[in-house]
Amino acid sequence: MTELSGTDETSATMDRGEESASMTPERRADAVSGANEEASATGARLVVVGHGPTAYRLIETLVDRGFDGAITVLGEEPRAAYDRVALTSYLAGKSAEDLTYPVPDGVTLRLGARVTGIDREGKVVTTADGHAEPYDILVLATGSSPFVPPVPGKDLQGCFVYRTLDDLDAIRDASRGATAGVVIGGGLLGLEAADALRGLGLSTHVVEMGGWLMPRQVDEGGGSVLRGHIEALGLGVHTGAGVKEIVAGPEGRVTGLVKPDGETIEAQVVVFSAGVRPRDELARSSGLAVGERGGIVVDDGMRTSDPAIYAVGECALHDGVVYGLVGPCFTMAEVAADRILGGEGAFARADLSTKLKLLGVEVAQFGAMDGALDVTFMDPVTGVYQKLFVSDDARTLLGGICVGDATPYNTLKPFVGRELPGSPSELLFTGGPANMDLPDDAQVCSCNNVTHGQVCSAIAEKGLTDVAGIKECTRAGTTCGSCIPMLKQILVKSGVEVSKALCEHFTYSRAELFDIVRVRGITTFSQLIAEHGSGRGCDVCKPTVASILASLHGGHILDGEQAALQDTNDHFLANIQRNGTYSVVPRIPGGEITPDKLIVIGEVARDFGLYTKITGGQRIDLFGARVEQLPLIWKRLVDAGFESGHAYGKALRTVKSCVGSTWCRYGVQDSVGLAIALELRYRGLRSPHKLKSAVSGCARECAEARGKDFGIIATEQGWNLYVGGNGGFTPRHADLFASDLSTDELIRVIDRFLMFYIRTADRLQRTSVWLENQGLDYVKEVVLEDSLGICAELDAQMERHVAGYADEWRAVLEDQDRLRRFVSFVNAPGTPDPSIAFVPERDQVKPVLIPLEPVRS
Amino acid sequence: MTVLSEDLHGDLRESSRSTGWTPVCAYTDLMPERGACVLVGGRQIAVFRTFDGSLYALGNYDPFSGAYVLSRGIVGTRGEEPTVSSPMHKQVFSLLTGVCLDDAEVVVPTYPVRVAGGTVEVSAP
Ligand code: SRM
Ligand SMILES: Cc1cc2nc3c(=O)[nH]c(=O)nc-3n(C[C@H](O)[C@H](O)[C@H](O)COP(=O)(O)OP(=O)(O)OC[C@H]3O[C@@H](n4cnc5c(N)ncnc54)[C@H](O)[C@@H]3O)c2cc1C
Ligand code: SF4
Ligand code: FES
Repeated sequence: MTELSGTDETSATMDRGEESASMTPERRADAVSGANEEASATGARLVVVGHGPTAYRLIETLVDRGFDGAITVLGEEPRAAYDRVALTSYLAGKSAEDLTYPVPDGVTLRLGARVTGIDREGKVVTTADGHAEPYDILVLATGSSPFVPPVPGKDLQGCFVYRTLDDLDAIRDASRGATAGVVIGGGLLGLEAADALRGLGLSTHVVEMGGWLMPRQVDEGGGSVLRGHIEALGLGVHTGAGVKEIVAGPEGRVTGLVKPDGETIEAQVVVFSAGVRPRDELARSSGLAVGERGGIVVDDGMRTSDPAIYAVGECALHDGVVYGLVGPCFTMAEVAADRILGGEGAFARADLSTKLKLLGVEVAQFGAMDGALDVTFMDPVTGVYQKLFVSDDARTLLGGICVGDATPYNTLKPFVGRELPGSPSELLFTGGPANMDLPDDAQVCSCNNVTHGQVCSAIAEKGLTDVAGIKECTRAGTTCGSCIPMLKQILVKSGVEVSKALCEHFTYSRAELFDIVRVRGITTFSQLIAEHGSGRGCDVCKPTVASILASLHGGHILDGEQAALQDTNDHFLANIQRNGTYSVVPRIPGGEITPDKLIVIGEVARDFGLYTKITGGQRIDLFGARVEQLPLIWKRLVDAGFESGHAYGKALRTVKSCVGSTWCRYGVQDSVGLAIALELRYRGLRSPHKLKSAVSGCARECAEARGKDFGIIATEQGWNLYVGGNGGFTPRHADLFASDLSTDELIRVIDRFLMFYIRTADRLQRTSVWLENQGLDYVKEVVLEDSLGICAELDAQMERHVAGYADEWRAVLEDQDRLRRFVSFVNAPGTPDPSIAFVPERDQVKPVLIPLEPVRS
Repeated sequence: MTVLSEDLHGDLRESSRSTGWTPVCAYTDLMPERGACVLVGGRQIAVFRTFDGSLYALGNYDPFSGAYVLSRGIVGTRGEEPTVSSPMHKQVFSLLTGVCLDDAEVVVPTYPVRVAGGTVEVSAP
């Protein structure tokens, strides 16, 4: 540290130097006097080349720890550093902002600035646009770039790599007009890219040179099980296959990939994912030491062969290894920051364990990939392959491979290099020790190098109750997320309950189950729970799965096995009341009803002695019916032209209307007509929670449309659509989603909005909360711009719903089998339930409540 | 732990020692994983057929809501234990013991149930 010039800077260094607890007094003196030749200093000009995850972590650590020099970052990409590990989530709807890391105050960030040269003598770097930036300390965090094998046609229009947000934008654009895609490389990133192409609606192939998929993480046995999963998802897999050339059509756009054996795989989008190469070109041109096969040589303190220059992240070569995982890169950033601040931090060989999940298929590898002994568990039916490598006495765990179920990764990874808590085969068969005690120094989060002990003390000291708290306090779980199951286990063991699991029978959320049912074409609860759950279900998962099956496959909700899944309301197609009777709500679309129909309702209520009330949903509720009366009541109503109002279902309830332009002097559109059309279109649509709508004829909003899941307000030009409104527990005004739509456009947008909600919402999550979670802009992109390329599918799903609709009550009345269930007592079908009694109140009936008996001692 | 007093339901304690079986319905009348209510000597008994074909019988009275509705709950499992959840407010009861698994102080009565020649029989006191 010699270049400190000017008394101001020197004195500033001294003042702040006092605060820096991490520095020894000697070092402080060194820094000030400029006697130390090492690249460690305060008050220095620090320049970072590259703004990726590693640079972000370096800068954040420096700022957190009180670095008082000037930090300048020169990044080549047009945007600030973002979470590259989560890159693919961008295609699934995360915005660039969501993924972008914060930039601490005071840091100078120059984007779109590619560094092209380093003058080590003059200590200046220059950028492609001619800017010169002097430095005292330089950090290279240039990461790596995808390797594109030199095959003919690699530069054709339609060929991409998969590394940056810009790459993803380009792939998404190219996928719009395309039907098929191929990924070259069947490793971790290749499969991730393949999943993304599939998500963009392309029929997708993977070409892998090696003998099996993910050769760096799994062995041949695991690879073939993985292949089964991938193929079952509809992807084409070609192993042991290279690329002869990529061919184009007359306009120069890619049309396919030719394999060495001559077979052509048709594709309009080609993604190269054949490995990465460290970006060491700056180091090479400025004469820093680089490895034979690339990478900037660094010592344990992350210093390059020039003591004023550090290299961190994927561009660095430490002890012969370039790390392609973000965890070790973060550790390097922390070590370099510590050294810059005068500390003694050192980088040691790091863990390369990986775990990932591609549409329900878990793949994981930890520790070594061989050993004196190995134990394999394989279940070809469910596609699970698990292998543990152990020492010759079978006691010390060396490593493991998992495909299909990564439980051993979660439970056993911390035991690598230690004595196992049981025999290997037992551990595999039982999914791990039920009550294992992890040693405190066992690493649970490899991305952020957090140990079991650190997590436990954070939980205990800060009183944490959820994963979010652990993430905030320890950083564990904030990167790839694969340690989150372990964090949950630790929480549970600390006596805290947490889970996104639907219930004890399914570890998946509703949205995940929806995808599993959809993608695997599952049609029964029994199949789903046998293949993806455990036990025989409960009052949480059964109705949820019933709803998913109904949303996806239609049919009557009381068909076959589905009948047993339904809540009592759906089971009897009526709402249970506090005395065990039920209410009857016929549909009155848009709230419009003829006098004749009103009379029928009145007569039915009178003849069955039912309590009658106008609901808040612009229709009429009849209360107090016993189970055996329901079919008799509904026979009368159906004969008069009524149908089920689904007041009992997590389904469309009502589309309320105001009187609109037909009568109202202010109305600008026919709100009643539209409300009726919408109610008829979406009636019977099963969803994660109930759906409500309203249509107002002008901006005075008499139908309260902005309090609805989807509300429509008429404009001079057409209709404005608002979504995500809610009354209920937490009222929320709906957000404007699209303006001045024609009726046809409006319906198409609502179709997609509803279907996307049905696909992705949690159980009992109204559109209001769902929208808050997804983000309005994201839902707009998906629904209005088809950013996920799923709109055609959503449209088709809604068309199937509309075409398949049939009145549930009419269907029951026509079916003797279903009718037989509507009795109070199977052994005395004519006998009414003697516990039900009524007394009069305001000229109608009210239930006599059965006194509660003391149930507790 | 308090077992609900049977007397409140208008039945005689003494008869609880009787072992008479009352046929209530055909086995095939019962839907798998669902309950049905039967009336035996004025007593409402919820009979359940589980996934594996086993039968269980509990009192139909839901002690939390005061309504006779347990037969209309969702049948499932908690751990290994077969269960039904009240359709009113979702408390879960063991089909084996009648104990409420969400509040072990609350217990509903259980009754012997069997199949004889395709007919379901309940033994109620
Ligand atoms: C009958 C009715 C009250 C009335 O007499 O007016 C009613 C009755 C019930 N409401 Fe409601 N709600 C009724 C309009 C409303 C409205 C007003 C509206 O729809 O414009 C709201 C607020 C608007 C909204 O939902 O955003 C409303 C917000 C709720 C909520 C809270 C929902 C939330 O998101 O927080 C519940 C509880 C739930 O669903 O979890 C609920 C639940 C219920 C249940 C189903 C509770 C239950 O499980 O027993 C009630 C039984 C109905 C029955 O037995 O038939 N009801 N409920 C109304 C029926 C409307 C219809 O024709 O279908
Ligand atoms: C799709 C995908 C999924 C991944 N999933 C995982 C995962 O699950 N787990 C895991 O551990 N890792 C994963 N990784 C790897 C992880 O993203 C990298 O380890 C991490 O990004 C390395 O960070 P870095 O900052 O060192 O390099 P990079 O992220 O490559 O950042 C380097 C930056 O420097 C810029 N730069 C380069 N040269 C210059 C120059 N001369 N001038 C200016 N700027 C320059 C580059 O443009 C880039 O922005 C994944 C990577 C991808 C692409
Ligand atoms: S919303 Fe407008 S059109 Fe509808 S009733 Fe109110 S004032 Fe009339
Ligand atoms: S292991 Fe990646 S976030 Fe913890």
